[in-house]
Amino acid sequence: MLKTFSLGGIHPPENKFSAGKQIEVMPVPAQVAIPIAQHIGAPATPVVQKGDTVKVGTLIAKSSGFVSTNIHSSVSGTVFKIDDIVDASGYKKAAIIINVEGDEWEESIDRSADLVKEITASPEEIIKKVGEAGIVGLGGATFPSHVKLSVPPGKTCDVLILNAVECEPYLTADHQIMLEKGEEIMVGTQILMKSLKVDKAIIGIENNKPDAIKHLTELASSYPGITVEPLKVQYPQGGEKQLIDACIKRQIPSGKLPIEVGAVVQNVGTTVAVYEAVQKNKPLFERVVTVTGKSVSKPSNFLARIGTPINNLIEAAGGLPEDTGKIIGGGPMMGKALTSTEIPVTKGSSGILIMKNEEAKRKKMQNCIKCSKCISACAMGLEPYLLMTLSDKQVWDRAEEEKIMDCIECGSCSYTCPSQRPLLDYIRLGKGKVGQIMRSRTK
Amino acid sequence: MNVVVITVLTLAILGTIAALVLYFVAQKFKVFEDPRIDQVEEVLPAANCGGCGFPGCRAFAEAMVKSDDISELNCPVGGADTMNAAAGILGKEIAASDPMIAVVKCNGTCDNRPKTNFYDGATSCAVAASLYAGDTGCSYGCLGCGDCVEACTFDAIEMDEKTGLPVIKDNCVACGACVDACPKNIIELRKRGPKDRRVFVSCVNKDKGGVAKKACSAACIGCKKCMKECPFDAITVENNIAYIDFNKCKLCRKCVAVCPTNAIHEVNFPPKKVKPAAEKPSAPKAETAKAEAKTSENITSSDDKNKEE
Repeated sequence: MLKTFSLGGIHPPENKFSAGKQIEVMPVPAQVAIPIAQHIGAPATPVVQKGDTVKVGTLIAKSSGFVSTNIHSSVSGTVFKIDDIVDASGYKKAAIIINVEGDEWEESIDRSADLVKEITASPEEIIKKVGEAGIVGLGGATFPSHVKLSVPPGKTCDVLILNAVECEPYLTADHQIMLEKGEEIMVGTQILMKSLKVDKAIIGIENNKPDAIKHLTELASSYPGITVEPLKVQYPQGGEKQLIDACIKRQIPSGKLPIEVGAVVQNVGTTVAVYEAVQKNKPLFERVVTVTGKSVSKPSNFLARIGTPINNLIEAAGGLPEDTGKIIGGGPMMGKALTSTEIPVTKGSSGILIMKNEEAKRKKMQNCIKCSKCISACAMGLEPYLLMTLSDKQVWDRAEEEKIMDCIECGSCSYTCPSQRPLLDYIRLGKGKVGQIMRSRTK
Repeated sequence: MNVVVITVLTLAILGTIAALVLYFVAQKFKVFEDPRIDQVEEVLPAANCGGCGFPGCRAFAEAMVKSDDISELNCPVGGADTMNAAAGILGKEIAASDPMIAVVKCNGTCDNRPKTNFYDGATSCAVAASLYAGDTGCSYGCLGCGDCVEACTFDAIEMDEKTGLPVIKDNCVACGACVDACPKNIIELRKRGPKDRRVFVSCVNKDKGGVAKKACSAACIGCKKCMKECPFDAITVENNIAYIDFNKCKLCRKCVAVCPTNAIHEVNFPPKKVKPAAEKPSAPKAETAKAEAKTSENITSSDDKNKEE
């Protein structure tokens, strides 16, 4: 019996069309737009000006606080301007726009493909390097990684969990990374283990990726302390709390972080980025993006530079199909519909999903029939139908009591609702308001 | 006979004891409530809208009775009449306040502001705003889902089917419920003005001129023409958006005429009569105004001729 998390969960169709497609390196675009807010936390502060020359890997925006991170140029060329562009949120936000000239990398970056196994950096140096390299959680949440690695005083960490679940339907970026960069993941895991001072690491993989499980299990045998844990397929297993529950049967109390139960979770893509940052001195300026969809002629996994317009990726995957109804940044469950094809790839872009007109259309909302399907589906044990009503009627104190802030926004409730009620949309709204109220109280 | 007497007596004694107990308890636990609160509440409109900033009319009446200085308090629904009546009861002074009305500062109609995408989510502006910037190129303007209409308890707002924008009717009492409900902050409470005449900038787009104009043909582009034209320094331009201070504005409507995008709206004015400038602005301007007037006179006279023919 395979392990999985204990509460709720759903089984959406997987539709992993791009599975097994080799990672293709995207050509460098003529111009990139690199947003300064690509992560959770304070936006970075630009350190370049119009007309400055930059190389690949040059620091262009500096971290502006503890929960914030550096941003590096993904191309070499001249800074064209710093201007507001529409990003994945649909709003205009500041970005550094660079005109590309050639492809010259910073000298400090080791561009050879050799695997560097020996870890010379001390734990403190590792955290410093991860912070400097601007690494964030590449699963899509984009939480700065150095913050996660800095275990707060008084807390201890005894296990590192690698998130290789990729429970979102359609997406295959992490799957492909595991197949192609297995060794790097192993060394990256060792680096993370060293920085956290733990001797145990678990790689959690859903068993719809048997090739990745086999490959990593073989590799793990030569690295002490790392085990691969095949998990039963169930959405949202990629959520931190669900993954910890599935792998080590520990439940995180409401409103607390994984460190409370002695665990730190990192995504496999992030682990490769950590390896590259620590061993190869390479900051985070490119990532693997899945471009997929039922109507896409060539679903693929691309290694794209941050700032590449998604249009380039869609073109490389066979162009935008005529009957496109929605373009979604991320997966179908948690992704956001994008308003333009000029939006750049950011650190959090795990995929671009193109949906056909008929499948993208929302059906008409009907009355709640109190069937409680959303309650059964909720992986956090919440009552989504109630939270929606409370948000709609603006009963914020009650919503807080009902633990609206525990919602991980996985969308299982909206997916499962037979009345097509936009449960998550309202809950997200309520979360924003209640969060605001709670923050104003602590001030 | 005896039984009847005993029964009546017992009941009478019990009743007396109960009445005495109740009387003393009532005296002991008596809550003194200023009778004036009831009187003031009587004159208030009983709309319980919260426009005064208090939870309901009773709370407002209490506040009026308790506070010595009531110049800060105002019931926007009842207006000056109600406030005078209430102040008369209390024998306190009220500050004169101008009647206000809500105005929608967006003119992004379907014609002015072409759609760039389609939204099919929940019909709530708050939800739409939490998801993205809107279905047009303007990320500041009206989302058109009607949260303001929902919020209005006076039935003073309705959505215009044609333009997709909310329209505020004359029975607006400026309670501010729609102002709070709008996630885009496009509704503002402004002075009603003499004869309900108002001039305001009907745009909130903070983008630079070109970008704003591209998204909406009726956007304020921050060109500052109105600011330069205004003889009363009522107009300020900040973040590429002009704002008319309704306390300084004298409703001369010069700004309306110079606005290149017609982003400044005039409400309830009679059609402008063009006559030789009476305000005596600087010489060259007066000349141009005269020239304009002449041409328009020519037009009208020729029109008249046509009619006569």
